[in-house]
Amino acid sequence: MNQSFHSIKVETEKCDGRMKCLRSCPTQAIRIRKGKAVILGEKCIDCGECITACPSGAIVALTDPFGELSKFKHTVAIPSPTLYAQFGRSILPNRILAGLKKLGFDDAFDLAFTCGDTSLAIEHFLDEYQGPKPLIANTCPSVVSLIQVMYPQLVDQFIPIQPPKRLASKEIKERKSEELGLKPEEIGTFYITPCPAKMIAIKQPLFEEECYLDGAISISDIYGPLLSVLESEDQDSYRKSLESICVLGIGWAVAGGMHRTQEMKNVVDVSGIAEIIKTFDDIERGKLQDIDLVVPYSCPQGCVGGSLTVENRYISHNKIMRLLETLEQENIEACRDRREIRERYGQKYFHMKQKYEPRPIQALDEDLGRAIKKRKQKEKIYDSLPRIDCGICGAPTCLAFAEDVVKGEAQSSDCIFNVPKKFQQLTGELSRLLDGFGSFGKDREPQSTHQKKGQKS
Amino acid sequence: MASRQNLSHAFEIQGGDFGKAGCVSLEIKEILRDLGIDPAIVRRTAIAAYEAEMNVVMYADSATVMLRLNPQGIKIALDDKGPGIHDIELAMQEGYSTATDQMREMGFGAGMGLPNIKRNADLFELKSTIGKGTSYKIFIDLGSEEKT
Ligand SMILES: Nc1ncnc2c1ncn2[C@@H]1O[C@H](COP(=O)(O)OP(=O)(O)OP(=O)(O)O)[C@@H](O)[C@H]1O
Ligand SMILES: [Mg+2]
Repeated sequence: MNQSFHSIKVETEKCDGRMKCLRSCPTQAIRIRKGKAVILGEKCIDCGECITACPSGAIVALTDPFGELSKFKHTVAIPSPTLYAQFGRSILPNRILAGLKKLGFDDAFDLAFTCGDTSLAIEHFLDEYQGPKPLIANTCPSVVSLIQVMYPQLVDQFIPIQPPKRLASKEIKERKSEELGLKPEEIGTFYITPCPAKMIAIKQPLFEEECYLDGAISISDIYGPLLSVLESEDQDSYRKSLESICVLGIGWAVAGGMHRTQEMKNVVDVSGIAEIIKTFDDIERGKLQDIDLVVPYSCPQGCVGGSLTVENRYISHNKIMRLLETLEQENIEACRDRREIRERYGQKYFHMKQKYEPRPIQALDEDLGRAIKKRKQKEKIYDSLPRIDCGICGAPTCLAFAEDVVKGEAQSSDCIFNVPKKFQQLTGELSRLLDGFGSFGKDREPQSTHQKKGQKS
Repeated sequence: MASRQNLSHAFEIQGGDFGKAGCVSLEIKEILRDLGIDPAIVRRTAIAAYEAEMNVVMYADSATVMLRLNPQGIKIALDDKGPGIHDIELAMQEGYSTATDQMREMGFGAGMGLPNIKRNADLFELKSTIGKGTSYKIFIDLGSEEKT
C-alpha cells in the first residue's frame, strides 16, 4: 500500500544515462533501461543519493512549488532545524522565521521546540523500556524504509514516538483552527525539508490519521529567496534571538546532536547508509545489546548532509555544534517545561498509534521449490559473468544483473561480454546458411572460437 | 526431482581473519532472503551461522562451511581445522570462554556463542577431536513455520 509512492523521480528527457546514479544507490534500486535511469520502487528508500550523484540534474525530488500556498486560507512554514544549520550563529532562528513570513507564509513555526519535547519523550521511553535492545530512532524516514525492506526483524525495535514534524503540524492545526475560526484543512502546513525522504510521510503517510502536513518545500529552493529578504539585526535583538533557542531541539539536524544535552548517555550515532547497514547487520546478529539507543541518519553527518541542502555538510555540522556550545556555555535553555512534557508523555501524547510493518523484498519466487531453482540459475548466470560490475548492462553489479535475468527483467545478451558468444553463434548460423548455396561459403568456416577463461560450454 | 529442490553452497573461513569475519553468515542471509524464507527464520539462521563463523575466526585455523537447503530445512555443516574443544559440555555452558584479553576488548568472549547457536537452531550437534578440529552441525526446520 505504501510501496507505490516515492518522493524521487527521473526526468527522462534530461537523463543521458551516465550511470552515476546506478553506482550511488545504496540499495541497488536503479537500472539503466534503453539509456535512461529507472527507479525500482520496491527497493528505493528515498535517500536522495542519486539526486546528489546525477550530473544532469535529471533526478529530482517531488517537492512542492511555492504556488501551493495559495490553496490555503492560512499557511504556516515548519522548517527543519537543518535550515538553521545553513546559517549557524550568524543568522539565528528568529531571523530566519521572520524571513519565511516575508516570503509569503502567514506564520513560521520553530520546530526545534517540538524536537526538544520529543527528545524528552524519548528519554522517558528509554527509562521505562524493558524489551530487546538497542532501540532504534525513527527520525530518518530512509532508515525506516531500509529496516522495513532489508531488516524486517528489527521493526519492533523502533522507538514508537512520533516524529516531531507530525506532532508540530497537528498542534499548529488544532491551535490555529481555534484561534482563527478556520477548518483544519484550510490551514496549510509546509515542511521545509533537507531531503526527499522526509516527504514520503507527507505525500503518502504510513498511517492515515497521522498525516497532518500539507506539503514540503526543499531548503535548496527556498534558500536564495530567503537570503534576499533577511533583515539585519542589532545586538539587542540578536541576544533575544539567542535566548529563545531550544537547545534540546536545535541539534536534531546533526548526527550526535539529538541527545547531546540530554541524560541519554548510552547512545550510538551512525550516519551514512553504508555504515548504517554494517551497524544493522551487527544488531541482527545480537550485538549492541548493551547499547540503549541507536540514532541512524541516512545522510553523512545527519540531516545537514541531505540532498536538498545548500551548505557543505561538514560546515553546517560545525555551525550547529558551535551554536550548541554557545548555548551550553551561556546556560540558555529556552525549551518547554519538562514537567509539562512528562505529563503529556503520561497521556501518550507522543506515542505512535500504529506499529511499523515490515515490507521485505520479494523473493525470487513465491514457491520455495521454484525459488531454489531460480537461485541456482542466478548463481549459474553469475558464474558466467565477468564480475567486474561495469554497469553497461544497466544493472549496478553482475550479481544484480544475474537476478534481473532470472526475474525476466533483463536478457543475458544485455551483457556485452556475451556479445562475442552471440556473434559466434550468428556467424555459425550464417555460414551454415551460406553452405546451403553450394561452394560459396565453403572456405568460410567460423574462425577460432574466442572462449573466455572459465567459461563452460 | 528432489535434487532440483536442493540448494547447496560451500564457503571457506580463514582463522584469525577478523577483517572478513561475518561475511559467510551475511552471504547465507542473502541466499535465504532470495528464497523468501520467513525473516524470523533468516535471523535465527544468520545468528547461528555467525556465532559458528566467529568461533573459527577466533579459535581455529580454517574451516569449510556447507550450506544445504531444501523445503524441509536448512543445514549448515561447518568443519574446522584447529585445536578442537577439550570439554564440549563445559564449552556449551553460558559464560564459559577461553577468549584472550584482546578478543574481549573487541567485544567477544562472553561465552554466549555456543548457547546462542543452541537457542536459535532446531538441532545443534558439536563434535571435536583434540588437535584436529571441530565440527558443527546446525539444522533449522522449514517444514513447520512456528518454533516454540
Ligand atoms: N571452533 C572452535 N575451536 C576451538 N575451540 C572452540 C571453537 N568454538 C568454541 N570453542 C571453545 O568454546 C568456548 C565457548 O565458545 P562460545 O562461542 O560459547 O564463547 P566465546 O566464543 O568464548 O564467546 P562469545 O561467543 O560470546 O564471543 C570458546 O571460548 C572456545 O574455548
Ligand atoms: Mg563464540
